[in-house]
Amino acid sequence: MLKRTPLFEAHQRLGARLVEFGGWEMPVHYTSIMDEHHAVRTAAGIFDISHMGEVMVSGAEASNFLNAQLTNNIGKLDLGQGQYTLMCNERGGVIDDLYAYRISSFDFLLVVNASRIEEDVAWLQKRHDAFPERGRVDVRNLSDIFGAVAVQGPRVREFIDLAIPRPAGSEAIAARASSLRKNEFDLFGFADETIYVACTGYTGEDGFEVIAPAAVIEAIWNQIMEAGQPYGLKPCGLGARDTLRTEACYPLYGHELDENTTPIEAGVGFFVALDKGDFVGRSVLAEQKAKGVAKRAVAFKMTDKSAPPRPHYPIWSAAPDERHIGEVVSGTSSPTLNLGIGLGYVPPEFAKPGTPIQIEIRGRRSPAVVVQKPFYKKPV
Amino acid sequence: MTNVPPDLKYAKTHEWVRVTGDTATIGITDHAQHELTDVVFVELPAKGRELKAGESCAVVESVKTASDIYSPVTGTVVEVNEAVVENPALVNTEPYAGGWFYKVKLSNPGDVGALLGAAEYGQMVNQ
Repeated sequence: MLKRTPLFEAHQRLGARLVEFGGWEMPVHYTSIMDEHHAVRTAAGIFDISHMGEVMVSGAEASNFLNAQLTNNIGKLDLGQGQYTLMCNERGGVIDDLYAYRISSFDFLLVVNASRIEEDVAWLQKRHDAFPERGRVDVRNLSDIFGAVAVQGPRVREFIDLAIPRPAGSEAIAARASSLRKNEFDLFGFADETIYVACTGYTGEDGFEVIAPAAVIEAIWNQIMEAGQPYGLKPCGLGARDTLRTEACYPLYGHELDENTTPIEAGVGFFVALDKGDFVGRSVLAEQKAKGVAKRAVAFKMTDKSAPPRPHYPIWSAAPDERHIGEVVSGTSSPTLNLGIGLGYVPPEFAKPGTPIQIEIRGRRSPAVVVQKPFYKKPV
Repeated sequence: MTNVPPDLKYAKTHEWVRVTGDTATIGITDHAQHELTDVVFVELPAKGRELKAGESCAVVESVKTASDIYSPVTGTVVEVNEAVVENPALVNTEPYAGGWFYKVKLSNPGDVGALLGAAEYGQMVNQ
């Protein structure tokens, strides 16, 4: 039986096409991927991301505990800030990539991938059991308690305050959601519940992610839909979420990231703070940073008219020395660029932008070229 | 409601067939294009290729996935629609007109009788 989010009935009423994703029954699109993709790039889109997991790590030792598990330096987070970070195994392989938010001096909210909730919680529990100060930190899986929506696009700031009007508590640093800057969050009141609004996202656009108790998530969704309608807001499914994040070159767990791939190989070494003290996987990551890696994630685009690249298609070097050098991990037809784009792993000597490569599509090789990441950057 | 023209024959795999003498024109149905959504790439069989009914002979790619197209009839490809290769969106905008895929000279015109009529196909997709 597939799991359903608190917004399942809302999706059905909107005529969503539903698909299985990581054990969940989720909308892939409402109208079409292309249509929803363009809405996010030019106006606004709202996504149900309630399937994602929430883990609260609390206690006087929470910061030290998390810094020993995660690659980024959680000590750099002030109250009201979040950061992208990764959790690795002893081999430096990625258990999950996630966002960590500092809720209070002693509370951190981790937002993790839907498909990894069980692995993450089991891993954190195991590490907690081995943590010397375990009596002063606890790990709680709140994934069933919270729902979440992402509102993304260049026009979102124009209407977000209409949907989420009221800051909560005395700790509020931002009077309005629209004054939050990148990676900041604040608490807001909504129907007697406290909700979190963060200026984060997974589309390459400006926007917000709203995390709230499951009981009020549909009311929040409806209120945002109503406030955003005059600005061109559309409900968007996982199909557009994937094309948007591929254009922005954000990794997706199970594609760019897995337990046998390190953050350095995946090109997210910027989020690995080697200078903060020891953490799981550090020695492997330090060695890779110093000595280099055997494979690197690259972005590429098709140079001739061809079918779009897809995950698992083989990557070949260009003539005259043609050989099988790697594999595509993400690929699609880019709605913004109107050509085939992808991400794949190749040996480092093929990772330089401008390097010609070939993608094998149904037994035939089509020319492509390695390009600078990302494919799409929002205009400043 | 999906468009199912009454004068065509249909395969369960969502291809349509228009028969004129011993030639059949093949495309995919309105229901199929709606399921696929935005078509971004079409790969058609080469002219002269001999196709058997049920054989995978073309590929349609939407933003999200690649789907195989099966020849609903047996015959030799006599013409392919270069316009739809050039502009794959025709599959979405006019699936029964400018979005046709290829034409075959039927080896056995009797094959067509085994395909679904409009009423049967309409019932199948509207269930």
